[in-house]
Amino acid sequence: MATITPAQGELQVRTLQRSPLSQVRGHLGGLWGRPITQAIAKAFLTIFVTSTITFVLIRLMPGSPVEIKIDELMQQSQISYAEAAAQASGLFDINLNAPIQDQYLEYLGNLVHGNLGNSFLSRGTTVMSIILSVLPWTLFAVGTGLLLSFVVGIALGLVAAYRRNSLLDHTVSTGGSIISSIPGYLIALLIVLIFGIQLRWIPITQMRGAFSPGITPGFSPAFIGDILFHASLPITVFFLTHIGLWILSMRSATLAALEEDHVTVARARGLTDFRITTAYVGRNAVLPLVSQFAIAAGAVVGGAVIIEQIFVYQGVGLRLVASVNQRDYPLMQGIILMTTVCVIIANLVADLLYSKLDPRIGRAGGATGK
Amino acid sequence: MTAATGLVDRRDVSRIPARLAGVVEFLRMMSRKPVGLIGLIGVLFFLFLAYVAPLIVPLQDQVDVTAIYAKPSWTHPLGTDFQGRDVVNQIVFGGGDIITTAILAALFSTLIAITFGSIAATVGGRLDQIILAITDVALTIPQLILLIVIAAIFRPSSFFALAVILALLQWPALLRQIRAQVLSLKERDFVEAARSLDLGLLHIIFREMLPNMRSYIVIHFIIAMTLAIYAQAAIMFLGLVPLSGKNWAIMLYFAYNQGALFFKDSFFYLMGPIMAIALFQLSLVWLASGLEDVFNPRLRN
Repeated sequence: MATITPAQGELQVRTLQRSPLSQVRGHLGGLWGRPITQAIAKAFLTIFVTSTITFVLIRLMPGSPVEIKIDELMQQSQISYAEAAAQASGLFDINLNAPIQDQYLEYLGNLVHGNLGNSFLSRGTTVMSIILSVLPWTLFAVGTGLLLSFVVGIALGLVAAYRRNSLLDHTVSTGGSIISSIPGYLIALLIVLIFGIQLRWIPITQMRGAFSPGITPGFSPAFIGDILFHASLPITVFFLTHIGLWILSMRSATLAALEEDHVTVARARGLTDFRITTAYVGRNAVLPLVSQFAIAAGAVVGGAVIIEQIFVYQGVGLRLVASVNQRDYPLMQGIILMTTVCVIIANLVADLLYSKLDPRIGRAGGATGK
Repeated sequence: MTAATGLVDRRDVSRIPARLAGVVEFLRMMSRKPVGLIGLIGVLFFLFLAYVAPLIVPLQDQVDVTAIYAKPSWTHPLGTDFQGRDVVNQIVFGGGDIITTAILAALFSTLIAITFGSIAATVGGRLDQIILAITDVALTIPQLILLIVIAAIFRPSSFFALAVILALLQWPALLRQIRAQVLSLKERDFVEAARSLDLGLLHIIFREMLPNMRSYIVIHFIIAMTLAIYAQAAIMFLGLVPLSGKNWAIMLYFAYNQGALFFKDSFFYLMGPIMAIALFQLSLVWLASGLEDVFNPRLRN
């Protein structure tokens, strides 16, 4: 902390008054100080960096996909390098003759307009339309599974902390640590293997896809039921892989919160147990978990890839694996970008929620001490 | 009961040389919590299975068409695969590569995190902000998706290359924690003293601070190993690593792509690698949590 002497303070005030430009900067500074502005700026920075990384990956690396495609085209149709390069630039929506910085700027310009290029495999289909047709299914399954695990895990963790060292506590904590250390795709394989094949309790082949072929999409109970039927296995896996995290985090956070003096005071004041648990212990214990939730959201979108593959669920992960196998680079590029955008939005929502839940955070003037 | 065994142990400690005494003391503390001890035993078991057992057991990779998807028996305790090869034998020979890659990846990512995390925290200012910004961005991109695309483009053909790619993706979380640790250590008197003696940044980081974070780094090294195993098994399962040979994840890849998932008889063939990966992950996590209790006396009750 830098201490400002009165003389220095006066100087600062005077310089602020003198220049109109610094007054503007002062206003902007006030805006900049607000956490939401910083968060949004960080979000845009992240999108920019991610798009640059994908550009470098696809365009600049030695043996990059563009070069490979040119070689492929030359061999396939016996054409010269220039012709092949022209075809490839059409495919990638990049002007390969332009200097690299112009290509980069054009690519960024296209991104700003939401243009992610065209898919290699299905000519004329934009990458954006493909992603928009599969992403909602992944977000639906991931979101439902994560939220369910969050709610149930927090409840179990709270109870385990209250009944510390009881049989229930040991069962819940050990179970939680076992299930959270097993990779989600192995749990998915186990579900298929045990309940789908050996016991034949679950009709796994019927549950493939995002919904059944014959059904008309719409807000009918039959369609919603069908969606849930098809999403139930991915949701179960997302639920199982994350519930352990919430149980263990909530348990230790609650144990820490129970030690706080204000809880003892609340007890002494004769407040009801329910009020103490919800308003004094639970609320404080849940706070750090909210930001953990955003981090988990990022990891689970990535983890969804293999789980969707195993259950053949029509989400963004299944599409990613298909694009990888077909070497459909614009689609891969688009999927990286769009999933990153989803994680950024999840982070922003978590930040906002956090400042709503914790009044100490988010007051102007950077009281967080960051 | 615990007190009695504790007494016996202490008497033993006085008789054996100092170096061993430390090991005995460590084991005694580990055994207080069953979870940590189970984890330690599990990790030792898998290390033995992956590095020592292949030297003892002969490799059996001859195809036997008469024994495809054989049921478990004395000759094949976990049955056979789609070419009639013994599953147990494949499990024994399939651990080394995965574990070596995980150790290398954990080593590289820990090195990156320590170097840049401690530089960020000790130098501070603009450099700190830049490193933190890069870390935040790297944390936001879904790592498994980026890994899948990178693996698809570069097709890492050696375990070393795979380990480097894994390390380049998984350092951010550790870096933030190392930075936080260094920030708190920075205020301590002995670091202040070293700085006033002008011992230099490298001396302060490597001679003064790192020894104080040793336990912390060991635990995070183990966690980094679990992350590396999770990620590499994932991309191997998808068939993105053109590595031939046997390992647990490639077994799963073959099993899945040969349709073994839908043969009732191949239950044990699939359970073998699934259980090997799952149990090794669990052992690592439990070992880390046991070590946390040993190293952090405040957690012990």
